[in-house]
Amino acid sequence: MNPIGNLNKIFESRIRLGVMSILMVNEDVNFNDLKQMLEATDGNLASHLTTLEENGFIKVHKGFIGRKTNTTYSITKAGEKAFKSHLAALEDMIKFSK
Amino acid sequence: MNQQHHLQQLSDIKQMMERSTRFLSLSGLSGIASGITGLIGAFIARSWMKSYYSDYDAVGRVDAAAFLELKVKLIVLAICTLVVAVGVGAIFTYRRPEVNKQTFFSPIFKKITINLMIPLVTGGIFIAALITHDRNFEVLVAPTCLVFYGLALLNISKYMVSDIKYLALVEILLGLLNMFFLRNGIYFWMIGFGFMHIIYGASMWWKYERKGSVN
Repeated sequence: MNPIGNLNKIFESRIRLGVMSILMVNEDVNFNDLKQMLEATDGNLASHLTTLEENGFIKVHKGFIGRKTNTTYSITKAGEKAFKSHLAALEDMIKFSK
Repeated sequence: MNQQHHLQQLSDIKQMMERSTRFLSLSGLSGIASGITGLIGAFIARSWMKSYYSDYDAVGRVDAAAFLELKVKLIVLAICTLVVAVGVGAIFTYRRPEVNKQTFFSPIFKKITINLMIPLVTGGIFIAALITHDRNFEVLVAPTCLVFYGLALLNISKYMVSDIKYLALVEILLGLLNMFFLRNGIYFWMIGFGFMHIIYGASMWWKYERKGSVN
């Protein structure tokens, strides 16, 4: 079987991979914290987050702190599964090419 | 070439996970050390209180000066215990290899500090106010410590994936129980700040740090 098939195209981008990694180990993370940790720009991060959301890998919660919007993100069950199989595929790839 | 790329991806993942969660890598040993410090402090306090009460029984009346002296001594002891407990806790955590300067500037670390300090400082001022009154409010010090400390921990538990929530709930429960057994504050304090920290620290160490394994 060709392990490349299990690699998820969506996780090719460093930012999207980063978002998933962070959300795997943190319950909720807000936009600004993601931005700081990934050293991404607003627009760039927002478009990657939209992609992940459209694929059902992350959940968006829109809230307010006072009048300021506070949007937090968390991983979905599907996202967790997809990320884990991506990780497994990466490991396989490395084992295979040895 | 391709393999290089996959290795790079794996190391990116690892780095992101670590960077975003390092704030929770308080060492389990920190918990144990602070717990032991708390217990030593409590034992010293108890022996002072005992000798005060045996003098009191011998004389048969309240000696205002001796009581004030005990109170001041206990306050100083409490401050010293707190400083040493936080100090030893910090040392063990700082010695962990994966902790670096960047940890202390991460956005989550900042958020945790703020969320921890608000209930803690509130509790501290509340207690400071309690002991300035001349109405035997001292019995309320231990339960107040426990309840505010528990609430502070609960307040930060949502930023941590670890089991700190349970420690928080136990501390709150101990504080509330203490309200029904007011004269035994020192024992509740010993359980809450001494034994619970040791148990929590040991279980954290067992789960995440044993044989150098960082989860």
